[in-house]
Amino acid sequence: MDTFAENFLNLDVVGDYVPDLLAGMWITLKLAGIILFFGLASGTALALVRMVRLRLLNLVILVFVDVARALPPLMLMVVAYFGLPYLGLRLNGFAVACIVLAAVLAAFTEELLWAGLSTVAVGQYEAARSTGLTFLQMMGSVILPQAFRLVQAPLLSRIIATTKNTALASVVAVPELLSQANTAQGYSGNASPLTAASLGYLAIMLPMVIVARHYERRQRPE
Amino acid sequence: MLELRGLCKSFGAAVVLQDIDLVVREGEMVFLIGPSGSGKSTLLRCCNRLEEPTSGVVIVEGQSILRSRVNLNQVRRRIGMVFQSFNLYPHMTARQNVTLALRKVAGKTRVEADTIARRMLDHVGLSDRIDFYPRALSGGQQQRVAIARALALEPRIVLFDEPTSALDPELVNSVLSVMRMLRDEGMTMVVVSHEMRFAREAADSIVFMSDGRILEQGIPDQIFGAPRHPRLRDFLSSIMQG
Repeated sequence: MDTFAENFLNLDVVGDYVPDLLAGMWITLKLAGIILFFGLASGTALALVRMVRLRLLNLVILVFVDVARALPPLMLMVVAYFGLPYLGLRLNGFAVACIVLAAVLAAFTEELLWAGLSTVAVGQYEAARSTGLTFLQMMGSVILPQAFRLVQAPLLSRIIATTKNTALASVVAVPELLSQANTAQGYSGNASPLTAASLGYLAIMLPMVIVARHYERRQRPE
Repeated sequence: MLELRGLCKSFGAAVVLQDIDLVVREGEMVFLIGPSGSGKSTLLRCCNRLEEPTSGVVIVEGQSILRSRVNLNQVRRRIGMVFQSFNLYPHMTARQNVTLALRKVAGKTRVEADTIARRMLDHVGLSDRIDFYPRALSGGQQQRVAIARALALEPRIVLFDEPTSALDPELVNSVLSVMRMLRDEGMTMVVVSHEMRFAREAADSIVFMSDGRILEQGIPDQIFGAPRHPRLRDFLSSIMQG
């Protein structure tokens, strides 16, 4: 028991690495913020483009969505980080992580939102159009709010999964929370920084999980 | 006010409207009656291009609305529509349902739109339900909010697509009395409805449709009292039995 405390709950060791871990946590938050914003926005945009029903464009979207959902994001990141330079495109790890995870989130968001959009009653579209709203006004004020509400539970779990996936960025040299903890563990020969990092993840994730639970409860039929 | 000339509509091979000619004058209340599947609702929906006519002309206030240059959203602003299933926005209160198009389409400020919404909801007898969500309202109340939403844009004509068909019988009258009030105020209205007693009492003109054609048109006393077309006689006797 003492050895466990010594190796995993060693406050002296953690104390040495607190600044590094906080810096890592900040990068994790930045990654998550950027990825969630661009992933949700472009997923929504893709769903809207798909509404226009141009056959070729929809085919392109479908292929993108299915491929992005099928491949492991870790593999995509590694391929982009180590492979793209051979094509003359050199991106840093942070950019690669943002692009890959945002693209994967966009694919899931598009697919979920599309299901939601198809569920909104036809009469809602007709009522909006009959009052003279433009397509974008109709989507923005009438249809999308209802579609998001319909898919909020699965979308929130996808948001949580995406936020956790920022830890994958450690393999492409982004000094985020997990990466900092790993480095600290290597230098100190002690696993306590990992314990501290998991507390950091809990601090980020728990509020999201609680919010998700709240929405899930709200969505149950009355 | 509203004029249809040679209007045709097909869905694929199925012909739904054939060569419809119809004139609705300002302040008139015109009822479309006929068996289900006769094309009444489709005709109504062609008037604001929720359905795209296959051929023919739709003229609203002297302007053909089928031309490609027409700003359809501005046309629709002048043509209110009330639906069988109300189609209120469920995530918005009664007030927000009414103010949305006022702000987005008519360009009113929040304060102006709120004032108009209050007046409109008061007009349909719902001043105490302004901040209620649709799910907290009865069917009759929801339909009156929908009417207020259509009226708020100050349309020149209002289309009613079976406005009372989805209502419990005891709630029908609340909607009909609002429609009666609108008629007395001189609103131009085209109504698809099965409320024959109301049609007879309130309509200026009744149009009988069957199989996508207008077979007979006239004042209520003539249509109900002295129907000429055999199909109309059959239709009337079949519904009067019930």
